[in-house]
Amino acid sequence: MKFTKTLMATTALTVASTAAIADGHMANEMTIVSWGGAYSASQQAAYHDPYMEMTGVTIINDESSSEAVAKLRAMNEAGNITWDLVDVEAADAIRLCDEGLAMEIDADEILAPGDDGSSASDDFGDMLVSDCFIPQIVFSTTFGYRTDMVPEGVEPPTGACDVFDLETYPGKRALNRNPIANMEWALLCDGVAYEDVYDMLETDEGQAQAFAKLDVIKDETIWWTAGAETPQLLADGEIFMGSTYNGRLFSVIAEQGQPVGMAWEWQMFDLDGWVIPTGLSEERLARVLDYVRFATDTQRLADQAKYISYGPARASSAPLVSTHATLGIDMAPHMPTDPNNAENTFVNNYEWWADYRDDLDAKFQSWLAQ
Amino acid sequence: MAEQMLAADGRPLKASLNRALRRQKMRALLLIAPLLLFIMLTFIIPIGQMLFRSVENQIVGDTIPRTVDAIAAWEADSGQAPSEEVFVALAKDLMIAVEEKNHTRLGSRLNYETSGISSLFRKSGRSVDDIGEVYADQFIALDPAWEDPATWITLLADPDWITRQAEWNDDGPEPAFELSDTAAEILPKTAEIYADFASVIREVDNDSPVDEEPWNVVYLALHEDLIANPGLQIAGPLAGLLSQTATQAQGFEREDVRAAFEDIDEDWLDVDVWQTIQTYSPAFTSGYFLNAVDLQKTPDGPEWQPENEQIYLTLFWRTLVMSLTITVSCILLGYPVAWMLANLPSRKANLLMILVLLPFWTSLLVRTSAWKVLLQQQGVINDTLVWIGLVTDDNRLALINNATGTIIAMTHILLPFMILPLYSVMKTIPPSYLRAAKSLGATNWTAFWRVYFPQSVPGIGAGSILVFILAIGYYITPEIVGGTKGVFISNRIAYHISTSLNWGLAAALGAILLAVVLILYWAYDRIVGIDNVKLGG
Repeated sequence: MKFTKTLMATTALTVASTAAIADGHMANEMTIVSWGGAYSASQQAAYHDPYMEMTGVTIINDESSSEAVAKLRAMNEAGNITWDLVDVEAADAIRLCDEGLAMEIDADEILAPGDDGSSASDDFGDMLVSDCFIPQIVFSTTFGYRTDMVPEGVEPPTGACDVFDLETYPGKRALNRNPIANMEWALLCDGVAYEDVYDMLETDEGQAQAFAKLDVIKDETIWWTAGAETPQLLADGEIFMGSTYNGRLFSVIAEQGQPVGMAWEWQMFDLDGWVIPTGLSEERLARVLDYVRFATDTQRLADQAKYISYGPARASSAPLVSTHATLGIDMAPHMPTDPNNAENTFVNNYEWWADYRDDLDAKFQSWLAQ
Repeated sequence: MAEQMLAADGRPLKASLNRALRRQKMRALLLIAPLLLFIMLTFIIPIGQMLFRSVENQIVGDTIPRTVDAIAAWEADSGQAPSEEVFVALAKDLMIAVEEKNHTRLGSRLNYETSGISSLFRKSGRSVDDIGEVYADQFIALDPAWEDPATWITLLADPDWITRQAEWNDDGPEPAFELSDTAAEILPKTAEIYADFASVIREVDNDSPVDEEPWNVVYLALHEDLIANPGLQIAGPLAGLLSQTATQAQGFEREDVRAAFEDIDEDWLDVDVWQTIQTYSPAFTSGYFLNAVDLQKTPDGPEWQPENEQIYLTLFWRTLVMSLTITVSCILLGYPVAWMLANLPSRKANLLMILVLLPFWTSLLVRTSAWKVLLQQQGVINDTLVWIGLVTDDNRLALINNATGTIIAMTHILLPFMILPLYSVMKTIPPSYLRAAKSLGATNWTAFWRVYFPQSVPGIGAGSILVFILAIGYYITPEIVGGTKGVFISNRIAYHISTSLNWGLAAALGAILLAVVLILYWAYDRIVGIDNVKLGG
């Protein structure tokens, strides 16, 4: 009799506690979508790990940022949003905001003020390019080259325009399989003035000129879709030079010690940050907002720069950027924003790309397939 | 007449037999019901829905219904952009779409047909709320009451609704706005756009029309109504205001909406843009299917796309040719292996079998990436060739990021699908047949070709169908090793699903691919006969 009672009691307890765990588990999970690779690792170290330790919330990583727009649209149509927070480039944030797939936010209300006392909207300043966008970092798309493959007696390449110079720098190249940055570089390197680039790209003649310039290297180019491809191709000696995100090149050079150099000239600045999907339940939204407030404060943004060479989006974080977490080298010279790196830089014109992305994507993809 | 046969229980034998059969059928159906349900839910229905997108085009009519109505009468042959009336309809539609954040989707949709429309809609979306401002200013200058949301409510809302709205105390959703019948009759255009305004305010902004000044296009609609009916009379508290406004409104400064759109972007006067909107007005369209075979839909019937945008037929053809090449290479490589497997002593055969199956147990992505390491210019194969001296160092072979790479990697990946059916068929061919042939004087070759090979053909058939159909829809391997010249139609489908978000075109391409496979299967059945295909003994 006693045995039966004990058995029943333990069973009841087990069932209850399992239910409690399952319940607590459900309530304390958050799916955060990002880009993977070295970038996700830096977010894990700078944001996720300290936050999970502090609050006990479990953060699940999903590496789907490159397909974020398509997947969010599908989730929205199905009425089942499984993501809580999504890391996207500024242009995608604008697109998601326009389609009502990302939530509009009030920066001063949901983001922490800067450590120096400035309000969040002042601290982020121009980086708040869309009503839905919570900026994290400034990165650049720029070129890396194999130092040991530079022909003898020739100066090493300094920037984007050298990629079009097959005579001086023979060998394969790697470029992003989409029009952003490639079209601008093609025109800039074909002698178009910086101020005129986007005006030119609106016209058929401008587009034709850009494609003609790209035609020069089309057969010598490997087109990448993931930021990790160029570093791998460089490490294998498959290409002479290629474009990718500057943080990826940093890890090839500083962390892996590969014979790779940076060619910063005409690097393209871009922003990356969070968007919150629309349609989250109140409870999930509260959890996400709590995380976002923590992960975008002055110290956390500066912390991320210990792991990857991207500049924090807050002005107040810049003085806190110090040395690499494991290598101990000073991070400031590796930041895309360091004035010694490039004389000429250009800033991705998000508004323009939000308007013309569809048009140019279609033309670029058919140009590639020809 | 023959007497009816009766069963033991006295019922007619026929009925009894039928009942037993029916019960048996029901039992069988119940047994497969879970699987059937599973396949319906996870396979048939989703695929059906996806394929339905290839003809569905409701977005245009849903987003800009007034414009679609107004444009119907316009003739593209006139060479002129449509009249003022169409632009007024567009201003109203666009205003609502912008508030509901639908206009960029519609822009993207129409951009698939005519490049440039996406930017046109986005740009116009930012300034469309200025259209009608001229009238709003004049109405308000005439009488500030026009600025007061309460005036509009009194004028247009159903008295019942006003009572219910006043009683509503933030408990649950606000009652949905209802128009008064008189307003709808006297001020039809105003009432219509105001009703949309009220529902957007309530559903999108979570505000109440009683607190919000109407959009500028509502003033524009009011002006339209007053011009059409200068002497209108209305009972109630607003009688004075309305009749005075009606008289004054006749002398208002007019706004040229067409010119306003031209100001935003002169492409609005482009006939092509309007032709696209008109052509894609209906709820269903053949446009996606036409696009999928490099045609475009025009009012004069299908026409070829511009030469630099024709890619799909090339891709379909390439997919077929390369899948066929892969199938043939699989036969050539797989046949000897299968023969060896079938004829070796079982212990050795088992060991070999494990080697054949080993790729199945490795991730597809890992295997494909391994080929990358092997095939690249600084990779293992090229290094070896250079080391042997077959190839000079500056002339390394391009084995990857082209069609060669795709064929090599996919032949390897699909090889087990050829070897396994071949092996199971060869296993059933008695070795005594070959011996008999030889004892009757046949050479080795004749014995193989005349006796053994014909018996193994069903295996080749089964393997070929498997490999070919798998190859034709392959996506990951060409994406990784194919570069731009070695990609299949499936990569293009994936691009449209995940990057360009042109799901309609993706669905049309998918439907065509499915049809091609079914046709080839049917042709195979007619030529070889599906009964001749064997997956095993």
